[in-house]
Amino acid sequence: MNEIASPVPRTAQTYKSAYKPIWCPGCGDYSVLSSITKALAMIGRAPEDVAVVSGIGCSSRIPAYTACYGFHGVHGRSLAAATGLKVARPDLTVLVASGDGDGYSIGGNHFLHACRRNVDLTYIVMDNHVYGMTKGQPSPTTEPDWDSKLSPGGTGLRVFHPLVIALAAGANFVARAFSGDPNGTAEILAQAIRHPGFSFVEILSPCVTFRQEQREWKHQAHPAPVAATDDPSRAARRIMTDDGFNIGVLYAGNRTPYPAASGKAKCSPADLETEFAL
Amino acid sequence: MSPVSKAKAKTKTKTKSASGAAGKRRATGKSATAAATAAPRKAPLAAARADEPAVRAPRTLEELMRQALVMESEAAQRYAELADAMDTHNNREVAELFRKMAEIEGKHAAQILSMMGWAEPPPPSNKPGWEGFEGPETVSSDEVHYLMQPYHALQLALINEQRAERFFAQLSRAARVQSVRKAARELQAEEHEHVALVRAWMKRVPRPDRDWADDPDPARYTD
Repeated sequence: MNEIASPVPRTAQTYKSAYKPIWCPGCGDYSVLSSITKALAMIGRAPEDVAVVSGIGCSSRIPAYTACYGFHGVHGRSLAAATGLKVARPDLTVLVASGDGDGYSIGGNHFLHACRRNVDLTYIVMDNHVYGMTKGQPSPTTEPDWDSKLSPGGTGLRVFHPLVIALAAGANFVARAFSGDPNGTAEILAQAIRHPGFSFVEILSPCVTFRQEQREWKHQAHPAPVAATDDPSRAARRIMTDDGFNIGVLYAGNRTPYPAASGKAKCSPADLETEFAL
Repeated sequence: MSPVSKAKAKTKTKTKSASGAAGKRRATGKSATAAATAAPRKAPLAAARADEPAVRAPRTLEELMRQALVMESEAAQRYAELADAMDTHNNREVAELFRKMAEIEGKHAAQILSMMGWAEPPPPSNKPGWEGFEGPETVSSDEVHYLMQPYHALQLALINEQRAERFFAQLSRAARVQSVRKAARELQAEEHEHVALVRAWMKRVPRPDRDWADDPDPARYTD
């Protein structure tokens, strides 16, 4: 007699791979990985129905640490790869992992247009205000007066404001999270994944090697005092005037995602292969 | 037997008494929730003393034990993550110590499950009882260093146990239900024992040298 195995409940562990992360001990990205796997457990989709796409940098190592499909792409181009994947396979849940250098500098243009296209992706940017993997150069979100051996006296450049830019460019969901709050971050990520269209979640994730002062973030981060709004102008005002440590969903819009009708894949992998046949 | 194993052995006995009330109720067919009928509608979120942060006192014994379970499980998970990170960075001694801690906290969680008769962890409460982002017994993930030594790891463990002791002490003062107050006191006593055991353990571990964090090949850029 054939026995039908009862489905094993999916936990965060279900979505973790056997590879151990090689980030510096103390790095916020460990907690972000934990939050992503917890969020996926909340969503409950099978690991093979989820793809995690990334670019280059410390944060972009995440796909290898999950048991989902993964694509470790080229610097700044994760959103382009993820957009293609989601349009070809709308049945997949597609997460995109990036950092402030990969996402806002090298990938800055892709960021704008991914927000504008509003494809149903969840874009997770681990922001530590520095290029960590390449030993501490200033990134677009580095404070203008951050003095280091690689930027004596600071860059003097105005910081990039990703949440406002995402909102202005058309992202349908904008949130800020903090790696020191892994459970709260998991809840925000689950909301972002469920929300249709392009969801942008910036996660403040300290770099304890090059920005040791970021350990103070745990004393500065606090829950947003107001609930999410679907009014972009109100959201913009809030985001532009907050202290940068407001944690929560700051905007949840109602734009129709592209492509409007999602569901089954339009073609099988075999169909795709014929396109490349010589 | 390591100090941590001793702590575990003592904890087992104590945990039994902490949830003994729940066990008795199960035997009489009454749930812990039903037994606490005198519970107020809203959980009090008030500091019992002016100098301590507010805690959300559980309304039932079950709620208290769910919080304790979440605390132990999260602490175990964090210790395991830190052990992996230390392994990767070839800091074997500290990795081993964190792994022991993870094992102990995991066993505490398993004991709570067993004592409460839960086959699997119940869904956590919407709002945790503690202030801050993580449970009182969880090491903050940014408090570690790749060159840290066992003494440092024990210092972190000590801080966690002390925080957990304070937390249960506050709960016992803020609780309005007798069974919750009693169990919270017993949990506090358990954490107090852990504090003493970690302190004793620290005495047997060499103190770190002044230059413990010196790395001849640092990650940071130097001229």
